[in-house]
Amino acid sequence: MADTALTSPLAHAAGRLAAATRGSGGAIRLAELPFLTQLNVRFDAKGPAAEAVGLALGLQLPLQPNTVVRAGELTALWLGPDEWLLVAQPGSERELESRIREAAGAEPVSVTDVSAQRTTLLVTGPRAVDLLAHGCALDLHPRAFGPGRCAQTTLGRTQVVLVARDEPRAGFWVLVRSSFAGYLADWLLDAATEYV
Amino acid sequence: MLLIPCPWCGPRDEAEFHYGGQAHVPYPETPSTLTDEEWARYLFFRDNPKGPFAERWSHAAGCRRWFNAIRDTSTNEILTVYRPGEERPAPVKPKPVIPARPASEDEAALLNATPHPSARPASEDEALPSRTPTHPQGASPSDAGPGIPARPAFEDEALSGPTGGQGAEPPDGVEGAEPLQDGTGRGGGGEETQPFRHPTRGRITRTTPLTFTFDGTEYQGYQGDTLASALLANGIIQTGTSIKLGRPRGIFSAGVEEPNAVIQIEEPFPEPMLPATTVELYDGLVATSLPGQGRLATTPDPARYDAVHAHCDLLVVGAGPAGLAAAAAAARSGARVILADDQPEPGGSLLGTAEHLDWVRQTTALLATAPEVRVLPRTTVFGYYDDNHLLAVERRTNHLGAAAPANTSRERVWRIRARRVVLATGAHERSLAFPDNDRPGVMLASSARTHINRHGALPGRRAVVFTTNDSAYAAALDIKAAGIEITAIVDARPEPGEWADRAREAGIEVLPGHAVVGTEGDPRITSVTVAPYGESAGQQQFAVDLLLVSGGWNPVAHLFSQSGGKLRYDDELGSFVPDSGRQAVEVAGAASGVFTLAGALAQGAAAGTRAIEAEGYTAKAPRLPAVAAQPYTPPLHVYVVPGPSDADASRFVDLQRDVTVADLTRATGAGMRSVEHTKRYTTAGTANDQGKTSGVLASGVVAELLGVDISALGTTTFRPPYTPVSFAALAGRDRGVLSDPVRTTAIHEWHVAHGALFENVGQWKRPWYYPQDGEDMEAAVLRECAATRESVGFMDASTLGKIDVQGPDAGAFLDLLYTNMMSTLKVGMVRYGVMCRPDGMVFDDGTVIRVAQDRFLVTTTTGNAATVLDWMEEWLQTEWPDLKVHCTSVTEQWATVALVGPKSRAVLGSLAPELAVANDDFPFMAWRETTVAGIEARVCRISFSGELAYEINVSPWRARALWEALYEAGAPYGITPYGTETMHVLRAEKGYPIIGQDTDGTVTPQDLGMSWAVSKKKPDFIGKRSYARADTVRPDRKHLVGLLPEDPGTFLPEGTHLVADSVLPAPPVPMLGHVTSSYRSAALGRTFALALIKGGRDRIGERLYAPVGDQLVPVTVASPVLYDPEGARRDG
Repeated sequence: MADTALTSPLAHAAGRLAAATRGSGGAIRLAELPFLTQLNVRFDAKGPAAEAVGLALGLQLPLQPNTVVRAGELTALWLGPDEWLLVAQPGSERELESRIREAAGAEPVSVTDVSAQRTTLLVTGPRAVDLLAHGCALDLHPRAFGPGRCAQTTLGRTQVVLVARDEPRAGFWVLVRSSFAGYLADWLLDAATEYV
Repeated sequence: MLLIPCPWCGPRDEAEFHYGGQAHVPYPETPSTLTDEEWARYLFFRDNPKGPFAERWSHAAGCRRWFNAIRDTSTNEILTVYRPGEERPAPVKPKPVIPARPASEDEAALLNATPHPSARPASEDEALPSRTPTHPQGASPSDAGPGIPARPAFEDEALSGPTGGQGAEPPDGVEGAEPLQDGTGRGGGGEETQPFRHPTRGRITRTTPLTFTFDGTEYQGYQGDTLASALLANGIIQTGTSIKLGRPRGIFSAGVEEPNAVIQIEEPFPEPMLPATTVELYDGLVATSLPGQGRLATTPDPARYDAVHAHCDLLVVGAGPAGLAAAAAAARSGARVILADDQPEPGGSLLGTAEHLDWVRQTTALLATAPEVRVLPRTTVFGYYDDNHLLAVERRTNHLGAAAPANTSRERVWRIRARRVVLATGAHERSLAFPDNDRPGVMLASSARTHINRHGALPGRRAVVFTTNDSAYAAALDIKAAGIEITAIVDARPEPGEWADRAREAGIEVLPGHAVVGTEGDPRITSVTVAPYGESAGQQQFAVDLLLVSGGWNPVAHLFSQSGGKLRYDDELGSFVPDSGRQAVEVAGAASGVFTLAGALAQGAAAGTRAIEAEGYTAKAPRLPAVAAQPYTPPLHVYVVPGPSDADASRFVDLQRDVTVADLTRATGAGMRSVEHTKRYTTAGTANDQGKTSGVLASGVVAELLGVDISALGTTTFRPPYTPVSFAALAGRDRGVLSDPVRTTAIHEWHVAHGALFENVGQWKRPWYYPQDGEDMEAAVLRECAATRESVGFMDASTLGKIDVQGPDAGAFLDLLYTNMMSTLKVGMVRYGVMCRPDGMVFDDGTVIRVAQDRFLVTTTTGNAATVLDWMEEWLQTEWPDLKVHCTSVTEQWATVALVGPKSRAVLGSLAPELAVANDDFPFMAWRETTVAGIEARVCRISFSGELAYEINVSPWRARALWEALYEAGAPYGITPYGTETMHVLRAEKGYPIIGQDTDGTVTPQDLGMSWAVSKKKPDFIGKRSYARADTVRPDRKHLVGLLPEDPGTFLPEGTHLVADSVLPAPPVPMLGHVTSSYRSAALGRTFALALIKGGRDRIGERLYAPVGDQLVPVTVASPVLYDPEGARRDG
């Protein structure tokens, strides 16, 4: 859905993020990944819907807290024991939602489109961990937070969902509530002062 | 920062959690059957035990799950956690108390400070110093086991810090063997401008001279100097006057313990109260001496400050011999290690004694290349908090002066979470209380040695040494070797032992059993009076410019004490040492009371090894230097030096606070019986040095005065920070625009571009009003109100909280949550609802949309969105887990525009061709899906103003386009953007309350006149039982009513009280209530207010009085609905 009429929460910051990326000489890369499909999915992980939904999605929703399962373009994040966030390419929310609802049939499943609720920041480069460590109390060392990990926590003074990308040193997705995105971009750019 | 273990996410910072009160207090099954007393007990009564307490917590900033925790309320320790519905576990024991020095028996022998023949070799499985190839000073190789020195503490013993080597081994590389020529006024070989500079000693860079200014005079120093050492090299020892008595004071130490030389930096960064002994010299430094007190800068600090979080398996605090050994043991194991030290380079006391610097260099190189080791120089660990959370401040660019790069933070706060901690923080030498012990030229003995060996700065020419222990001998011998004449060593001990012999061999006169009983000087010391210990006869005088003092050593136990560790008095050492603690911490080296170099090295290596092996790594025995054995004679524990009592001479205990033995005597005379008392009575120990050199001395003096043992008296409490930390560093980047998040809507930039002023609502920036040319707020709001009531206005309402409630039991759940019935709402319709707490008081309100049979969209007030969602989750997870319903925040999923006014239908109709906008097709409190300006939208017919109005919800990605389309389509009607102030006026004219403004947590829906919104049919909902309590049916409860000042131009400030009479009676004046909202109304052509007034609805028409300033303003009580009471405008 490459709809040029859409305005993303960090459209106004794109130039500054790109300038910081250039200025860092490869140390960090900051960019918004706008409009990703995000579906909040909730159901009883032990109930009959679990298997059917897993089959329909082509991946098993993660049961291990704070982990991620990927299959193709689809990423499933553990948010709680009965709660997941599905992240997919822009524009696929309706198709995904109906796939889940059809698979679940009469079983109670909650699916909520939250694609605009949060936007996604890509934070990567050799200094990505150092940059996030300015405001994230979690241990982001590859030993503790390698590929396959995600976490809901705080960065600076706002809540975020952190996702380790699927290769070592590939950096992070930082999912942030859209209304906080401007603050977080300012915060990250300021934190990056030393690297640019 | 406490770590709380979430049952799902594991340990997280306590800041991610919300407290939920006592656990296992279930909501009563049928509240209606309870007596008032039983219900009140459920509402208001909770246990408050000391000790284990079961309570509820929510991982609010994480997985949002509620769980139970058992917390010891006296220690804050979380003993266990469990999920809702799980049984409370059997009693859980708190963490055991662990010794600060958990040495094995063998190691204990090794670490003992007192040499005794029964010392046994360390066992082979201990990670102890490996043998080094050379054995200076006759250490016997034959005693050694394979790879392990047999009796390293004693056979190879050398003394570090307190009892550092006597210079038998030449310090690495440099030796100023030639004595200085006395009386020339110039240091031997020293530069012309720096007469007290040693020609070769010191770790300064002589090729990098630096220019600095002190008290208006320009001086030269070198890179590697401190301000104190550079002043000493220039012959300056006095650095100010004392705070209370104005007595001249000089440089007293060489480190953070400095009580006297506290100076003001003027340029380049103005900063007050810095110890000159800790200020690294830089070119262009301008400093001034202080009369005991500094001045804050009056201009903003241009520097950048920041903070980072760090995690490690092992944090070693202090890079002296013990700390370096601990880090070296862990370095190649793969464990993540942080070594923090407050000096520019590692080495600790070895830098001051100039011993084993090769080992320091090699170990530093090893650490620099170890992959997971981070060495933080210039970093002071200043706070030790719960769960091994330690704060440190790194001084990153201070030493660069004006050359500091602008993009590098000047100071950085490290928030370190360590699995294990080794504290190797060393010891501070302490002073003695003898008459006139405060003159410039009185200096701690080891500090003089440090100034010489680290900086090549000679503190004087001719010295007397006054000591109670061995350590000053090593210092004296080394200082003499550097060219300062040691006139005499005055030792309080009658038999000083072998060290005295060595001193005599070196040509120094030793006076055993003597004490210093007075000094002369103006202001710098010129002579010292010495007498046999405890006697007034037999006095001798020595002409000197330096008096070097050693009253013993205090282990730096500050951080251990902050960690919750207990100290104990060690009789042998005469000081307080770490004893036992609750956290995963060990203390090594002088900080633990081990004052031998060999002991400190061995203990450090063993502590580092134990720490990382406990974390599953394998340590490698580090290479440790071989150290020479040293003689030992026990110290004498002296605090107040006995002698002739000279009424005029003060014996200072706390130099920085000017507290003397006489002051402490007055304190105990006034009845003070503990050091905490005397501290507060005299202020001893409260200056910014926090009594580092004086604290134990004060304890000793008070013990003597009270006639008790010092061990019974203890010390004052150590609290963070260990050394002063600037507020700027603590604030870091949380300043200015980053001090708190700013939340903005998708239309924010339009508001900015159109001149809106903003109001903070929670963290949101909401347009407040849009002043046009020359308008003040009053004019702008009157214009916005009039335009909206007369034609059409629009407002960005995106900040309202929105929660998607889904599931077969969604209706049943909302029926429990709201006071009115929600399950009967039809799909396609909207209902207003009120939410209350169990005590019946209003907590939030908003509209509820039924999206589908099992799906609702709930809106909340802007500031309460997160609280309401948490509230829903709390009830679902902890009380009604069987309800099949899920709640998801969608606040930012939708942008909302309120389109309001009689012309709103025309504007909407022009943009929504598919929507039948006629009143019959689209009635009040209905919603429709359609497209508006080509954008998919959900349009609700709801009104917060009494006018015909719509709320148009669209994707925020297209909200700006919608807004601009409305602006264009509304132009023919003069569509007017309006802000929160106009919204407030319009709703108040209709008597619609704003929760949190017109309510305060003590107001029921009935008080607000909303009995219609309280269901009488539902068997129960949250709050229902409370409406039958006697308190909620009182006739004199405060009701929300309107108020009309009799003069229609008089404005009542919000918060104004109301009284019954036109003349105030004698106090206490009976108050009837207060104004909650007050405005000027365009529609009414007058001012009006809303107020909460006792029995207000029964007073409608009554005249009351509002005290405003010194006037009593007459007002008339009215219905809260002042505009269009018939509701004629709702449908346009």
